[in-house]
Amino acid sequence: MYPQEFEYFCPETLEDAVGLLSKYGEEARVLAGGQSLIPLMKLRLASPKYLIHLGGIQGLSTIEEQDGMISFGALTRHAEVEESSLVQAKLPMMHDAVSMIGDVQIRNLGTIGGCLVHADPAGDMAPALLALGARVNTLSSNGKRTLKIHELIVDAYSTDLGEDEVVTRVLVPIPQKGSGGVYLKFERRAGDFAVASVGVQISLQKDGTCSEIAVALGAVGFTAIRARKAEELLRGKQVDDVLAKQAADQASAEADPFSDIRGSAEYKRHLVGVLFQRALKIALKRAGGEEVDTVHL
Amino acid sequence: MPQAYRSVEITVNGLTYNRQVEPRRLLSDFLREDLDLRGTHVGCEHGICGACTVLMNGYTVRSCLMFAVQANGAEITTIEGLAKNGKLHPLQEAFWENHGLQCGFCTPGFLLSACELLERNPDPTEEEVRVGLSGNMCRCTGYQGIVESVLAAASKMKAQK
Ligand SMILES: Cc1cc2nc3c(=O)[nH]c(=O)nc-3n(C[C@H](O)[C@H](O)[C@H](O)COP(=O)(O)OP(=O)(O)OC[C@H]3O[C@@H](n4cnc5c(N)ncnc54)[C@H](O)[C@@H]3O)c2cc1C
Ligand code: FES
Ligand code: FES
Repeated sequence: MYPQEFEYFCPETLEDAVGLLSKYGEEARVLAGGQSLIPLMKLRLASPKYLIHLGGIQGLSTIEEQDGMISFGALTRHAEVEESSLVQAKLPMMHDAVSMIGDVQIRNLGTIGGCLVHADPAGDMAPALLALGARVNTLSSNGKRTLKIHELIVDAYSTDLGEDEVVTRVLVPIPQKGSGGVYLKFERRAGDFAVASVGVQISLQKDGTCSEIAVALGAVGFTAIRARKAEELLRGKQVDDVLAKQAADQASAEADPFSDIRGSAEYKRHLVGVLFQRALKIALKRAGGEEVDTVHL
Repeated sequence: MPQAYRSVEITVNGLTYNRQVEPRRLLSDFLREDLDLRGTHVGCEHGICGACTVLMNGYTVRSCLMFAVQANGAEITTIEGLAKNGKLHPLQEAFWENHGLQCGFCTPGFLLSACELLERNPDPTEEEVRVGLSGNMCRCTGYQGIVESVLAAASKMKAQK
């Protein structure tokens, strides 16, 4: 299995990378960790004539805290996100999600930028980052832009990026104290993509009323979906089992799954409800300061 | 369009090689064909089975999902680099003693994944071993012997420290 021939570039600056992309247009493709692009190239579903590897650019894989955000360079590998003490302490939902991506070898090479731009409907970064209200910074020959996750990912495997536009950083706001987040994924085989996944970030007032909530669903639509009606049911209320069940039914209704090798649409819709209720319970516990392990559920 | 060859400098098991490669040369084939190190096995060739796993700068990667040019400047360890001075690595010994292999096709990949696992977590639980090795597949052993081998190696390596 060999890809079509291509010319390879390894520029040292972002500006040079953008310059090469502008020059070669739609015949060029960016290479990050290669964990999605190389399989596509081997199957010749992608045959770029010019491959522009970002790996030679310094400073694109740092994780920094600034102005209430955690900022990730686009080339930060999944393993680096997983091991980051900042992420473990301040973005538990993101830690859950990244630990569930593929297996060790995939996480050792795959990057946060590549995972978002590949825009697999069953990818794990998009739902978690959608629920967290993350943004991405980009650079192109037209200058810089900042996009929300749903503005970046417009359809299955499609983004709003221009031909010569690269993602440079991913910015994730740190939820305030008293907020709890979790990401749960259901997979049939170790290391596989999700059959369905749910991310919940909930903030509670002192009396336990839900002041803010974000719910994102993964693998049950062409892109990650915000379950906004389910959120509405919970906002401003004390969450009890009855309300949780109503919200779960609502989240199932908002899912837009298709039947495929991983399960029927009906089954996936059901899974969303179950995962949502489990996730809500854990998010509430975490909001109360409790530590809950999700990887070994 | 003629494909320009690229120079790469890659250190494999402590030896530094300078070679010219086609950009589309996979790291797995670079190791097997260009360097004649055929211990790295190629199973599925599309990133599922883990047979082609090697260590790059200390962490496991699938050599069939990387171009050799991406490894320019890196240090690679393959299965040929595990035994030192004719003495098997404790993991290799443990696989031998605990039926960690049958046909042996998956074994190089498993050994390198287990190396990284024990490097990061010298005292893993059985579950942590299973999760840590989930990127490698074995068609023969049913995994039980492999998990036992890794746990045995872990206690041996701890005792030696
Ligand atoms: C066996 C297997 C299992 C997997 N399981 C999961 C899973 O469970 N969950 C999950 O979420 N993912 C999974 N993945 C995918 C993995 O997360 C990939 O790492 C990720 O999708 C792509 O990241 P990458 O850095 O390897 O990108 P690449 O493969 O290098 O690139 C992917 C795409 O993004 C573009 N691109 C990359 N970086 C940028 C940038 N900075 N700016 C603009 N465009 C860019 C490339 O041009 C390409 O189109 C799996 C992959 C494999 C092979
Ligand atoms: S040969 Fe590389 S993963 Fe199967
Ligand atoms: S021993 Fe035969 S595949 Fe593992």
